[in-house]
Amino acid sequence: MFSSLQVKLMAAASMIVMGAAAQASGDPERGRQVYKKCASCHMVGPEVRNRVGPPLNNIMSARAAGVADFRYSKALKAAAEAGLHWTPETLSAFLEAPKAYLPRTKMSFRGLKSEKDREDVIAYLATFSGGSMAAQVDEGFTVADEVLALEGDVEYGEYLASECTACHQASGDNDGIPGIVGWQTEDFVTAMHAYKEKHRDNQVMQMITGRLANDEIAALAAYFNSLEQ
Amino acid sequence: MTFNRRAFLGAAAAASAAMSAPMVLANAHAKPRVVVVGGGAGGATAARYIAKDSKGAVDVTLIEPSRTYYTCFFSNLYLGGFKNMDDLGHSYGGLASNGVNVVHDWAVGVDRDAKTVALAGGGRVKYDKLILSPGIDFVDMAVPGWDVTAQNAMPHAYKAGSQTELLKAQLKAMPQGGVFAMVAPPNPYRCPPGPYERVSMIAHFLKENNPTAKIIVADPKPKFSKMALFQEGWSNHYDGMIDWVGEDFGGGNVQVDPNAMTLNIDGETTKVDVCNVIPAMKAGRIADMAGVTEGNWAPVNAVDMSTKADADIYVLGDASQQGDMPKSGFSANSQAKVCANAVRGALTGSKVFPAKFSNTCWSLVDTNDGIKVGATYKATDEKIAKVDGFISKTGESADVRKATYEESEGWYAGITSDMFG
Repeated sequence: MFSSLQVKLMAAASMIVMGAAAQASGDPERGRQVYKKCASCHMVGPEVRNRVGPPLNNIMSARAAGVADFRYSKALKAAAEAGLHWTPETLSAFLEAPKAYLPRTKMSFRGLKSEKDREDVIAYLATFSGGSMAAQVDEGFTVADEVLALEGDVEYGEYLASECTACHQASGDNDGIPGIVGWQTEDFVTAMHAYKEKHRDNQVMQMITGRLANDEIAALAAYFNSLEQ
Repeated sequence: MTFNRRAFLGAAAAASAAMSAPMVLANAHAKPRVVVVGGGAGGATAARYIAKDSKGAVDVTLIEPSRTYYTCFFSNLYLGGFKNMDDLGHSYGGLASNGVNVVHDWAVGVDRDAKTVALAGGGRVKYDKLILSPGIDFVDMAVPGWDVTAQNAMPHAYKAGSQTELLKAQLKAMPQGGVFAMVAPPNPYRCPPGPYERVSMIAHFLKENNPTAKIIVADPKPKFSKMALFQEGWSNHYDGMIDWVGEDFGGGNVQVDPNAMTLNIDGETTKVDVCNVIPAMKAGRIADMAGVTEGNWAPVNAVDMSTKADADIYVLGDASQQGDMPKSGFSANSQAKVCANAVRGALTGSKVFPAKFSNTCWSLVDTNDGIKVGATYKATDEKIAKVDGFISKTGESADVRKATYEESEGWYAGITSDMFG
């Protein structure tokens, strides 16, 4: 027996990773003004830290409850376990009426009734998520179960990761290149194979993943996932 | 229990190191010592990774004269007005707090028999493994009429910092409708797209501040990195402003007069207002003093960046002669991580993984018009050999170019935190 929330979450998960690329309609400049309502609790940009709420850099396409050292509500952690990712669609639904979307969330914010406000603030947040590059659609792309099931060698992953950290910051910060720390291994492996198979765009990533073997991708996924703990 | 050497060493990590690398620890209780000369993209990265990954089992000393390191990469964006000088400056505090012994001094000699590095301020530092990452120096008399004593009249601005600020000041002081000239370097040199990104950034600055000014580039090469992309950008953004004189038109036959402020190209003398002379380059001088160079550069083994001349001396980055990688900060950073893994393995017995190298060079042509070129590389017996690569395409959409520029900003933040912690 599913609650309506679980159904919504499964729907969100099945959409896989959507994001800023899909969000063309919002006005980020106006969103900056709307964001003032959020800013007393959530930081974005360089030198962020947890305040009442977690920082919102890299929120687009990220799994919910993903900031490593923030104490999320049980409700949000359960939703994340069930597969909730933040996309323009899920963010908009959440921001419209947080307590209705996610009962017992710790976020005590009434919500943004105006659809335009939501679109604009999401467009503004997307500018802290690597713009159109960070969030790309893996829809229709699948990785074989046995590849997803490979156990990664964390020590090898740490060595291989030194190639990644020439661009992706080990802190997880995003100044134009998305953070890759603390991803679920399945998401990480899927994204890497999506680049390798040229399902995702980006010449650098296609080149780098082009010579990574399945066990090397698994090793990287295991290492970057381990940084979260 | 007997008081043997292993017990004396104490820590388990050190004990296992002693068993796997007994030669290095032969002289009793000292930790293995790595000395790194030069705190740029190669040296800072190598020092940081060895200190971080050995978790105190290796003693790492970095010798670097500057208190603040100004990155050469992105210094053209300062000339264009896209970055401030402060954005380019980095201190060594992060390395020091991560266990690297940072010594602000010049390395002025290497005694390969005693395995010591001499410092300008006196004293010597002992090493088991020495990593040289000194960047570049200029070949004497490469451009007739120019030597380093002329660098105030005609700046090179190819080591970032005061020279870059000087060139910017000269650009600002240029009379309306004046002439900016660049003497471009012959191959191989630091940052292959660098001179042409610089031309783009200076054109951007002049277009906004001095739109009737002209740019002349005298180039000893028939073609250059990302040539089609730069030329497309120049004609899109700066039509008629830039005159590139390549080898075919005598661009390699130049002479300058820093007193008269003239540039002679293939017999024709032009009065110029600002002249950026980028001479032919060679390995930073300490590599020569260590006796590990052949000609202008230091030949290295691709597998670990050790020199052909001495297995305990490694050369990273611009100063090395390694094969197919361009001389770039990205390359130096990539080589440093392969080298650090190998050096740590040799000194502590830690696992050595196969060498993998990569490079990407982003350049900015105008506001939100970024382009890039990149490749992956592997170690072969002969050299670092290219595996695969890509380059931006001409005619790309404005969105793609903007995304490329934003990516370059992300890379800058990434590599500088990878270097300095």
